[in-house]
Formats: sequence, structure tokens, C-alpha cells
Amino acid sequence: MIKVEGLSKRYARNVAVDNVSFEVQKGQIVGFLGPNGAGKTTTMRILTCFLPPTAGTANVAGYDVMRQPMEVKRRIGYLPETPPLYPDMEVGEYLEFVGRLKGISRSDLPRRVSDVAERCAVADVRKKLIHKLSKGYRQRVGLAQAIIHNPDVLILDEPTSGLDPKQITETRALIKSLAGDHTIILSTHILPEVDFICEQVVIISKGKIVATDSVHNLTNRLRGAESITIGVEPRGAATLDAAFVQQRLEQVSGVSRVLPRESRDRRLMFDLESLQGRSIRGDVARAVVESGWDLTELRPVALSLEEVFLQLTGTEQAHD
Amino acid sequence: MTNILTIYRKELNSYFNSPIAYMVMALFGLLAGYFFYVYVAIFVDRSSQSQMMGGQSFPMDVNEWVIRQLLSNLSVIGLFMIPMLTMRLFAEEKRSGTIELLTTSPVRDMEIILGKWLAALTLYASVLAISGFSVGTLFLYGNPDVAPILTGYLGLLLQGGSLLAIGTFISTLTRNQIIAAFATFAVSLLLWVLDWVSAYETAAWAKVIGYMSVITHFEPFAKGVIDSKDVIFYLSLIFFGLFMTARSMESLRWRA
Repeated sequence: MIKVEGLSKRYARNVAVDNVSFEVQKGQIVGFLGPNGAGKTTTMRILTCFLPPTAGTANVAGYDVMRQPMEVKRRIGYLPETPPLYPDMEVGEYLEFVGRLKGISRSDLPRRVSDVAERCAVADVRKKLIHKLSKGYRQRVGLAQAIIHNPDVLILDEPTSGLDPKQITETRALIKSLAGDHTIILSTHILPEVDFICEQVVIISKGKIVATDSVHNLTNRLRGAESITIGVEPRGAATLDAAFVQQRLEQVSGVSRVLPRESRDRRLMFDLESLQGRSIRGDVARAVVESGWDLTELRPVALSLEEVFLQLTGTEQAHD
Repeated sequence: MTNILTIYRKELNSYFNSPIAYMVMALFGLLAGYFFYVYVAIFVDRSSQSQMMGGQSFPMDVNEWVIRQLLSNLSVIGLFMIPMLTMRLFAEEKRSGTIELLTTSPVRDMEIILGKWLAALTLYASVLAISGFSVGTLFLYGNPDVAPILTGYLGLLLQGGSLLAIGTFISTLTRNQIIAAFATFAVSLLLWVLDWVSAYETAAWAKVIGYMSVITHFEPFAKGVIDSKDVIFYLSLIFFGLFMTARSMESLRWRA
């Protein structure tokens, strides 16, 4: 649905997007992840035909953004970082205006407006002036505006920025519900968001793509070493010396690091990391049991996207 | 065409949803009314003097003494009013980010520009129409020539259209409405007084500069003369302003 090849955007003094290539399949939700100023917005602006690229091509819904911008614009819905609202308009009036702008026929317009108002939960404020709306409502009106013409591709620039936690949850659920019918690209610098909404993630830093993969693969790929959390309890009424247990765990072959965590009642907790490429779960369990203690907990710790992100963008910086 | 209409309606609504339209109409009505009153009063005074002298002194002509003067004054008021009508056209969209909505919608730049310009022109025309009430009362008490009145208003519309086109262009250059308004005012004023050079200089360059003055081309309309060279002058100024607006919108994308 979206195919970007060798896309660059240069300004007089800096490079905003540097030779970026990626592809998005139909119906997918892709997260654009990167720190502020990484080039997410610029890439999105090129995809929406707002900015022309300096080099490279971008194909959206089967049309080239440079050669057939009208066709592309007909098939995209775009929510910029600040929703493009007219404060002096009523919500309903605004949605009608956008609908006409997007080329919805006069006969379809009322139905489309009530549809999106319903879907984005702004039906109750249709008669309200936009400048009287709360931030959460504005964001939803912005989203309604983006999907009013039922576009093939939806491009959302930081759709949850500036919302309170409840609104964030609602907006995420709404975006998720839009998948399937629409191919969605959304940008964010909030990691859990990608984890929650997206199937695919493109990590971008300083204008370059540093990784592109599914959320699942990405965390796995970067996790060379295993890391686990275990809980150890003494058998019977005996007590345990944390330093002693730690020492014993460090002796297990393949364990590179043992970090004690806060203990609960009588249970001692530890974070263990293995040497690169070693599996330690079995050995650790055996060692605990053989020492006469109970192993009450053992769970793998998935590397969070946050760590993946820091790892990727961190190495990138090291090369500079 | 539909797109132009969509933009046009939105712009017109936003003039009337904000105090701009009402304020401009009310204050213009006040000024136009005052000028009208003064010219009628002078005319009445002169005509009674003329009667005392047995109608010998000079021919009394309502068109010459009231309407033509009034139209000239209205064109000066337009100079002050036009920057207020055009300042927000693009500056506001740029500041609030709604320009991104317009330029990522399947609408051509020229359709956006024409919609906005036509909306400003419509407001300008309706403001001018207010002065029509005063002019209309003249028909109750005398019988002025209709033709020079109509050509005069046509001239005002053409002149207003030109300055509105230039104001639209200037509004694309900034995000700040005050800058847009003041720059438009300065350029309009300059275009106004360009013919002053012809007061002391008769060389060819001075003639060319004088020719570019918007006032030189308005005078014939006020006298009831439609000269194609004046019409073409205004139309090309309108075309030039809108063309520059389109170029500027395009360059926004390359620079943004």
C-alpha cells in the first residue's frame, strides 16, 4: 500500500530525512518511532504530498506522490501533530467542510458526517464551537476529519500527544478499531504506544531508519542474552542470607550477572542475565533446588521496546 | 468549481462568524455616511448661492459635486479597509496549521486562492453596497445620471479586486496577521501615490511609473468612462496578484 524508496529531504543546513526506504502492506498498522526531531513528521509530510522530497520516490495507494499528488490526496487521511481545526466553526460544520473538500458527494455527506462523529465519539458536541472543546475532543475531531472520506491510507502524526491517560487509552482503542479497513501509519515517541497498537515498527533516528521489523521480532532479535527473574524461598522455618544465595547463583555456569531485587516477606528476588547465547533456566532451577531451597518463581524478562530503542539509537549515536 | 465554492463559503462564513465583517461594515457605513452628508451639505450651500446669483455662476451637477467626490473618497477608505480583509486569508491558516489540511486535500492551489479571493471580494462588495443607500436617496430628491454611478462602482470593484489580490499574496508570506495587514497597506499606499512622480517629472520612466498608479486608472470610472486600458490594467493587476499567490504557496512547500 505504501512503498518508499531512497527518500531524502535536505534543507540548506541539515538533512531531515536521509535515504529512507520501507514498505507497508495493506491493512497494517505501522508505528514510526523516534525521538523528537528524528524526521518522522517530515517523512509523513512527504507521504501526504505536503512537502516534496529532495530525492527518492514514495508510492502511496498505487500513486506517486510527486507525479500524481491529486490521486494520492484523494486516498489519504492525515492528522497532523496539531489537529487542523478552525476554532470559529462548529464541529458538524467543520466536518461538512472537510467532507466537501475531500470530494464527498452532496448526497453522501450527511451520512458520512454522522458516521464519523459517531465513530470518533464527537456526536454529542456537533453543535459546539471547536474552540470550546477540550483537548481530547479536539483530537477526536481531528481523527474524524482524517477518516471522513474513508481513505485507504491513514497517516497520524503523534495522535495521542498531549492527552490525559484516559483519553490516550480511548484514542488508541479507536485507532486500533480502524485497522483492517485502513492502512495506518502513526508516529510517536512513546514506546508503549507502538507496543500496544502497532504490528510493525519503523525506528527512525536522525533521519535514518535504524530498524524495521515486527514488534515481536525486533525484541527477540536484539535479545542475544537471556534475562530472567527468579524467586527463592527457604524450606521450612529457616531463613536465607541474600548474599549467600547471590553467591551460589553466580557460580551457575552461563550466568553473567546477578542483581538482587526487593524481597517480599521471605521470598528473595533476583534478576539474572546469561552470557551471550546461553540458556540458563534449567541450570539455575537445578542449582536452587539442589541447595535445599524452593524455587517459587522463574520468569523470562522480555526486553522492552524501550531498551531496544535505546540500544538502537544509542549505537547510532556512537558512530557519529 | 465545487472546490472553489467550498473554500469560498468557508471563508465567507469565517468573516461573518468573527467580528471582522460587522466591524468593517459598520465603520465603513459611518465614514461613507459622513462623507455623503458633507458633500450634500456643500452642494446644497453652493446651489443656494448659485440661485441667489440667478443661476449664472456655474452649472450645478449632482453627479459632479456629490457622487464623484463620494466615490473618490470611498476608494481611499478601501485603501485602509482592504488590508483588514486580506490579512488573515493565509497568515491565519499558516499559524494554526490548517494550511496542512487544505494542501493535503484533493484541491488545487488555485482553487484555494480563488475561493479566498472571491470571498474577500464579496465582503468588499457588500461593504460598498452600504454606501449605495446614501446614493439611492439622491434619486428621491433629484435625478442624477445612473451611468457614472454604475461605472464608478465598477471601478471601485476592480480597484478593490486588485488590491485584494495583492493583499492575498502578502498574506501567504507571513504567519503574522499584523505584518500582513501593514505590508498590504504600505504596498497599496505606494501603488496609490506612484502618480505623484508625474507631478514634477515628464520623462518616460515617470510616465511608466505614473501609469502603474491605481488612482490614475480609477479617475475615468468615476467620471463615467469605461476605458479598456483601465479595465485591462486592473485585470492584469488581479491576475498578477493571484499568480504571485500561487507561486508563493508552491514555494511554501519547498521551504517549509
